[in-house]
This record gives sequence, structure tokens and C-alpha cells, in this order.
Amino acid sequence: MRSFKQIVTDFGWPRIIIFFFLVLLFFAAPLVQVSVLASFSDVFNRFGQNAIFVLALVPMIQSGCGLNFGLSLGILAGLLGATLSIQVGLSGAAGFFGAIVLASPFAVLFGGAYGKLLNKVKGEEMTIAMYVGFAAVFFMSIMWLLLPYTAADMVWGFAGKGLRTTISVERYWLHILNDFLAIRIGDSFIFPTGEILFVGAAAFFMWLFLRAKTGTAMTAVGSNPDYARAGGISVDKMRTISVVISTFLGAVGIIVYEQSFGFIQLYGAPMAMPFAAIAAILIGGASVNKASMVNVLVGTFLFQGLLTMTPSVINSALNSDMSEVVRLIVSNGIIIYALTRKTKVTK
Amino acid sequence: MSGKMTFGRFFRENAVIIIFIIITLLAIQPSGLSLTYIVQELITRMGRNSFLVLALLLPIYAGMGLNFGMTLGAMAAQIGLIFAINYNITGTNGLVFAVLASTPLAIFLGWICGIVLNMAKGREMVTGFILAYFMDGVYQFFVLYLMGSAVPVKSPAILLSRGYGIRNTLNLDAVRQSLDNLLMVKVGPFSIPVAAFLVVAALCLFIVWFKKTKLGQDMRAVGHDMHVADSSGIPVNKTRIIAIIISTVLACVGQVIFLQNMGNMATYNAHTQTAFFAVAAILVGGASVKKASLANVFIGVVLLHALFIVTPNAGQKVFGQAQIGEYFRQFVGYGVIALSLVLYAWRSRQEAEHARSGLRQNTTAPAAEGGAK
Repeated sequence: MRSFKQIVTDFGWPRIIIFFFLVLLFFAAPLVQVSVLASFSDVFNRFGQNAIFVLALVPMIQSGCGLNFGLSLGILAGLLGATLSIQVGLSGAAGFFGAIVLASPFAVLFGGAYGKLLNKVKGEEMTIAMYVGFAAVFFMSIMWLLLPYTAADMVWGFAGKGLRTTISVERYWLHILNDFLAIRIGDSFIFPTGEILFVGAAAFFMWLFLRAKTGTAMTAVGSNPDYARAGGISVDKMRTISVVISTFLGAVGIIVYEQSFGFIQLYGAPMAMPFAAIAAILIGGASVNKASMVNVLVGTFLFQGLLTMTPSVINSALNSDMSEVVRLIVSNGIIIYALTRKTKVTK
Repeated sequence: MSGKMTFGRFFRENAVIIIFIIITLLAIQPSGLSLTYIVQELITRMGRNSFLVLALLLPIYAGMGLNFGMTLGAMAAQIGLIFAINYNITGTNGLVFAVLASTPLAIFLGWICGIVLNMAKGREMVTGFILAYFMDGVYQFFVLYLMGSAVPVKSPAILLSRGYGIRNTLNLDAVRQSLDNLLMVKVGPFSIPVAAFLVVAALCLFIVWFKKTKLGQDMRAVGHDMHVADSSGIPVNKTRIIAIIISTVLACVGQVIFLQNMGNMATYNAHTQTAFFAVAAILVGGASVKKASLANVFIGVVLLHALFIVTPNAGQKVFGQAQIGEYFRQFVGYGVIALSLVLYAWRSRQEAEHARSGLRQNTTAPAAEGGAK
């Protein structure tokens, strides 16, 4: 009985409640005429869409930089890559991978500068990251209007300049990963094999990396910076590397998201994205200074499952749209829960 | 501490203010606005915003950083106003009713906020920020689903056509500018809402007085060093909760003053920007996470809003798009918060290192220069 109690405390009540709530939603779905098969299809699709963002949080958590509230910097780099790839007219697989390649230099640049900044403000990373992220989103909003993009699919038709708020990728690389080896069952169930494989590969490489020399050093910096320094590890360098990787994965994440979602969303859109990713990894069982691949995968699945199921089930049951309220309360509640938990590792 | 004030050091300590003055001065010309218009706008906005910014002071004294949780007070204020409109209480009576009705709620929310922040010592700011988002969900649930169904709200003018939930935009005609117009004095081309300024002045006096009380002193002791305060018998957690409760109640009153001046209320958005503007203002005024004064508040409100008044027009003229000015405004607001936080964190780290190296040098070579400040 004690061990059961221990498991519960380790896993945390909020997570258990969310898990059972999700199970309940799946059972309730048929009762209110919501197709379980279509729901599963949605959940898998959204899992693939969002998992890379969540994965992007891992390196910074491990290196002791905390939750990356400034993930929007990576997302902005990804948006630059995506728009540039359309501007130069790449399509199909070349367009998708071209976007990632074009985004990389920006991701490394933003990540490098952002990492250097965070090294100067140790202990205050999270608040500062959040505001750096917000400021960057609005700086880039100005840039989207001013940068000399010309592709007719992207600029405002009337003025001939300035990027649109949403840009369709349909003619370029829509569902390039989703449709790769996709499995269709009936009309409503599509398993996005390519997307899931991509996520799996990314998670596997992250897992390998965390066990390689650099990854281990990074974790050491996160768990005890003084000890790491005594062991001859450059604390600042490791932290910067973790921020660059996180930013790069943020860039890849938004491109994966777009190919599945179908649109590039500019301007204010990236503002809320880091919060969803953070909520997901915390629901998966990560804490402010410890995260694993299991946390990423389980967390994304639970969180996206919740986001998919609550609107469809609750709306059909109550005839009103409570999904936004549920999303706000659940995702922010779980972040508060993580922030208020006493950290076991003494700093 | 050496009394020398070199230019470099002066710039570093006032970087934010200097950058602001320069941008504003550069933007006045292209904005094409007359100086009279700008000054009148500034007077109005000072009456409207100062109270909210003042609400930030106590938590800073108590060492809890910038109270992003003040949004909770703003939400309480909006619920109070909704009831005032519902019962059709007009004029200053409506404002007084709104304040009285929302204060218990603000105290309750402040108490919750204080408890949560006590559980997250060392990361109060980010926790307060997320707590505001969380409570936004609760607020939406209450206002959009419970009001009119479980909570008795009758007035069809404010209910959604489906019978429950409050409309997106509320017309506050009943109480519009009733505080401002209570005592509007014309000085030359300017009209000054004296009553609003008197309320702000009263709050300033309260804060000056409060700092001298036993509780105020305790608060500063807690802000200075929690462990020392604790060992000298000050109830640390309780003092911190009281600081947040007072701040939340003040934010609540401040939001009522803000909304009566605006004259209408975006039910689901009005509170989301409250903390952002207040925090940006106090930081622009030269406050830091640990140190703030009344002067910081007023300098900040003037500088931030001077910039906000001129940038949309300047953006329109320079780039041909008003949207750019709007984005620029947001960028500056968020940027200035980030910059102040960075400068503060950086400076305190440098000082800590400086002090440490000073100690080290004193032990090896007593004559060496560079003792702790």
C-alpha cells in the first residue's frame, strides 16, 4: 500500500487526474455521437504536429536553464526558413527539408545570442526568456511587413508587399511527412506514419545525444554547476549549446507543424506556442530541472489528447464551447503545479 | 561607495530611461501631433494609469519582484463593474459600489496568489504570470457560463442573447468618467481630472505612511533578507501574503479607475494587458525588481505613454502602415521589460562577483584597490 502511495506522489495527482479524465472522455465519446476512430486519428496527427516542440524543451531543462519560455525564438527561425523556402520556390520534400536547412543558420544565430544572454542572467532565466520571446515576436511582426518578400502566394494581393497573416503551404509541402507511408482505415482514420517516424527519429537522436559525451556534460551542468566546473566542464558553453539545440528544434518543430496543419501562421501566432509545449512536457511528468523522452512522448500524447477530446466531447454534450476555458485552466494549472513544487535537487 | 559618477556609469544605470527619451523625441516630429494634444493625452493617461502602477510597489518592497498577479485584482474589478451595471447604479455611486463589491473578491484572490507565490519562492514573477493566465480561465468560466445561469444577472443589455454569459463589450455609460468629471478643472487648453489625481495622491500618502508602520518595516526586512527577517521573529510568509493582498486590492481599485475613464470594457480582454502596461511603466521609470519609488512610477507612466501616444502615428507616416506602429508599441513594451530584467540580473551578478573579488584581494594584498563598493 505504501508503494502505491509512493507511485502516486511521484507521478503527481494532477497527472493522474488528467489521465483518468482523458480515459473518461474516450469512453464518453460514443455516447454523444463522436467517432472514437476519428478522434484517435486526430490525436495521433496532433501528437506528431507538436511533439518536436516538446522535445525542444529537453536540452535546456537538462542543462539547468529551466523551462524554455523563449521557444518562440526557435519558432521565428523556423518561420523564416519556411517563408524563404516558398520564396525561392522549393516544393515537395525539397521544400520541407529546404525550409529546415534555410532555418538552421537563423536558429543557430538566435540560439547563440539567446544562450549568451541567458548565461548573464542565471537564476532569472524563465521570466527573462518569456519577455525576450514576446519582444522577438513583435520585432519579427514588423519584419514580416518590411522584408522584401515577393512570392505571390505569400504577400498581400492588394499591396504586393508585406506577408499575409496565414500562408497556405498547399502548393508546396502540405502533408509531406503525414502522407509518407500513411495508413488509412475506413474514411476517418489516417495514421500519419511519416510524421510519427520523424518524431520517433528525433526523440531517438535526442536520447542518444543525452547519453553521449556532450549530453552527459550538459546534464552534469544542470544538476550541479559547481561540481561540473570542478570536473573541467565549461558551464557557459554547455548551457549555450543546450539553448542552440533547443532553438533549432523549435525551428524544426514549427515546420513539421506547418506541413501537417497546412498553413504558416505569422505575426502574433508564435506567442502562445511555448506555453502549450511547456504544459505538455510537465503533464508528462517532467519537472523544472529534469526531463526524459518518456515525459515528452507521454506528455504530448496526454495534452494533445485532452485538447482534441474536450472540445468534441464537451461541445456535443453541453452544446457550448468550453474548450478554451478547459485549455486555459488545465495547461496553466499544470505549469503552476510544476513551478510551486519544491525541487528535490538543492541548488 | 565612491561618489564618482562617470558618464558610462550614468548611462548604464539609466539606460532604459535614456533610450526611451531618445525614441520618443525622434518620433514626435514624424507623428505630426501637436504638443497640446500630446500633453492633454498625457494628463488623461496619468489619471487613468498611475493608480495601477502604484499597486506594484508593495510586493517590490517585500522582495517578491514585479507582481504579475495583479491581473487577478483587475478581474475582480471587472466582476464588480458588471454587477454595478447589472443593478444600474450610475455615476460615482456605481464606482463605489463596484469597488465595495469587488474588494472581498480581490482580498480572496490576493490571498490565493500570496499562498501560491510563497510556494514558489525565487520564481515569483514567472509563477505570478502563469497564475494570471490560469485565473483568466476561471474568470472566463465564471463570466461566460455562470453569470446569468448560476449567478443572478438579469439585465438583458449585458447578457448574451443565449440567456447566460456576459457580452464581449460592455458599455460603461452609466459610470463613464464619473470620477474624472467629478472635479474637472480647465487650465488653459488642458482639462485636468483633479478628483482622479486626488485619489492617486491619497494612495501615495498611504504608501509613504505604510512604509513607516511596523508592518511596512517588516515588509522591507523580508524583502531585504528572508532568513534574517525570519530569525528576528518576523512572520515571513504572512507578511508576503499581506503585501500581495494589498497589491491585488489596489490593482482592483486601479482597474475601476482605468475602466471608468475608458468608458467601455472588453469583458474578456480588458484585464489581459493590465499587468503588462503597469510593469512596463514602472520599469521604464527606472525601477528594478528590488527597488522602486514613487518617482519611478510617475516618470515611467509619462515616458511609456508619451511613446505610446506618438508611435502609431509615427509608424503611419514613416512606413505608411499604422500596423507597424502598433507592433512597435508591443515590441517596445515587451522589450523594455526584458531589457530591465536583464540589466538588473546582470548587474546584481556583477556586484556579487565584484564583492567577492574585493574580499579575495583584501585577504592577499590589503592595499590592493577595488574593495567591496
